[in-house]
Amino acid sequence: MASARPDARGYFGPYGGRFVPETLMAPLAELAAAYDQARRSRRFRGRLSELLTTYAGRPTPLYFAARLSEELGGARIFLKREDLLHTGAHKINNALGQALLAKEMGKGRVIAETGAGQHGVATATAAALLGLSCTVYMGAEDMRRQRLNVERMRLLGAQVEAVDSGSRTLKDAINEALRDWVTRVRTTHYILGSVLGPDPYPRMVRDFHRVIGEEARRQLKRATRRDGPDLAIACVGGGSNSIGLFTAFLDQERTRLVGVEAGGRSLRLGDHAARFLGGAPGVLHGTRSWVLQDPDGQIATTHSVSAGLDYPSIGPEHALLHDLGRVEYTAVSDAEAVDAFHRLAETEGILPALESAHALAEAIRHAPKLPRSFVVLVCLSGRGDKDLESVAAFDVERRARSRRGVLGPLPHGYGGDQLEAE
Amino acid sequence: MSEISDRFEICRRHERRAAFIPFLMAGDPDLETTGVLLEALVAGGADLIEVGMPFSDPIADGPVIQRAASRALARGVTLSAVLDLIARKRASLGVPMVLFSYFNPIHARGLARFAEQAAGSGVDGVLCVDLPPEEGAVELGPLLARHGVDLVQLLAPTSGDDRVRRVARQASGFVYYVSVTGTTGERQRLSAQVLKDVRRLRKRLPVPLAVGFGISTPEQVAEVASVADGVVVGSALVRFLEERAGQRRLAAALEERVRELSSPLWETRR
Repeated sequence: MASARPDARGYFGPYGGRFVPETLMAPLAELAAAYDQARRSRRFRGRLSELLTTYAGRPTPLYFAARLSEELGGARIFLKREDLLHTGAHKINNALGQALLAKEMGKGRVIAETGAGQHGVATATAAALLGLSCTVYMGAEDMRRQRLNVERMRLLGAQVEAVDSGSRTLKDAINEALRDWVTRVRTTHYILGSVLGPDPYPRMVRDFHRVIGEEARRQLKRATRRDGPDLAIACVGGGSNSIGLFTAFLDQERTRLVGVEAGGRSLRLGDHAARFLGGAPGVLHGTRSWVLQDPDGQIATTHSVSAGLDYPSIGPEHALLHDLGRVEYTAVSDAEAVDAFHRLAETEGILPALESAHALAEAIRHAPKLPRSFVVLVCLSGRGDKDLESVAAFDVERRARSRRGVLGPLPHGYGGDQLEAE
Repeated sequence: MSEISDRFEICRRHERRAAFIPFLMAGDPDLETTGVLLEALVAGGADLIEVGMPFSDPIADGPVIQRAASRALARGVTLSAVLDLIARKRASLGVPMVLFSYFNPIHARGLARFAEQAAGSGVDGVLCVDLPPEEGAVELGPLLARHGVDLVQLLAPTSGDDRVRRVARQASGFVYYVSVTGTTGERQRLSAQVLKDVRRLRKRLPVPLAVGFGISTPEQVAEVASVADGVVVGSALVRFLEERAGQRRLAAALEERVRELSSPLWETRR
């Protein structure tokens, strides 16, 4: 059973565990105990469910993208609209859950890392709501490309700390958040934003996001009279929205599950964040999983047009689902994701987050080849307002390149733009 | 008995003092210089040496050691090169050497292969900051033990009784007590609680207890030496070298600094 994973040591098969400095071992045990108590407590679940409904805006709609489906001329595409949640992404599900837990544990301060800024905004929001002090670590490069979210966090009363080490992106923000946690662990709870890190984070964050798939399954049944789609697609950075969606369908053998990684600008190490294409098992940030690294075990830098997918490791449960073959993992390039962004905007009037646009691009690949009777479910994990500058910059550069003749028109299907970086 | 245990035994029983354990980042500024600096450490009074293996994402380290790791990695330092350096130096230096690393470079090498290569290079102990006893007991500890190499366990101020008992069961060589809740780096002063904790812990462990993190002055060395079996100085030396980067007579200056730091051990004899 999917929900029985992980084992008592926090392992999903050979992945997971607790690879952290000794200082954090006792606090992790304390966190695991508090979480196990909370998830069994009717009071805790009631409080969280009330906040998700009255504050965050659950349930989110399941939307049939009729015009997009028609234009593609194949399967019917349904969007799970996590982008309509308060703060604009699925991240609030987990941030509220963990912030409530921090209160239960008597911690007055929370910290978080953020890539695209969505988890940072969600955490700053939950902290403001519950009266917790909040510090968010963000790579300097990500602060540049997600300026609006930095401003939002500050307005919500959070302190945003720029991280200037390494690639100055999500990985480095997690390093810094872990250093803060090691230093102030007695008073501080670390609200890790994805199904990453040491046990109990991967299972706890998954559980807070299960609501995505559970709702979608009910809604889809109502809309299509079917139990589960033929194909469910979600983007995978750390892998929280995808696990949240997939968990509800793991027992549905006939539902094909596809996780989409960031293919970046080429499949050379350093140019993408497709762990299952270029990575190998390794240990980063407290967990054993698939990691982009050099042969000597140094962690590779990554690239993606979307800050939220720009990370060299992946949740340990995904690593197991990959090895078992239950979930297929694929990669979508920057260019395909930006194309999908435009396409959804123009056909449906929805600006998706660039992260979610990766999942959408995968759906756009499949849909034309599938019959109309097929149901494709896509997790639209976040909204794209934060990405307007990134998209504009990408388009300007692409036009300039194509004028210079560096690049012809971009074919769909990954591989077409691998020459771009040459 | 491992060489590490022997060395602590000599310090404790014959010289009635704590051991001095300096840390250097291998390859900062380059491996050849590290080789010369290791000699300076021994000349200055090192009883054991911790050799840092640089890692791209050192989550337990403060800025000083982070910068040293970045410099070493920019130079292209690899695990093989660090093991080669130890192999070249171990016999002539004559002091036990502990490889201080994060887990992923070891994992990438393959644990069995790493254990064999580390032993073959003369490594006496391995200290893996992000490998707690629960994970270390499964594979790396037994593999290293088979080759006579100690997997050094850590304890921290947050470690409760259950964890102390676990570490006591698995301890090999010595136990490293992380004296502050935080990352590596110098601290203005050590809390009185540290000394109390160390006194209490030392009685409960079957192996010597060394204390590190935050120790940077001869006064702090003397304080810690009055209660512990070993004193580790890391960031303070790494910073000392960073500030003198490119200067001549670097090794002589380091030797002098190590002598200043280690001499209180002889004055706080028990």
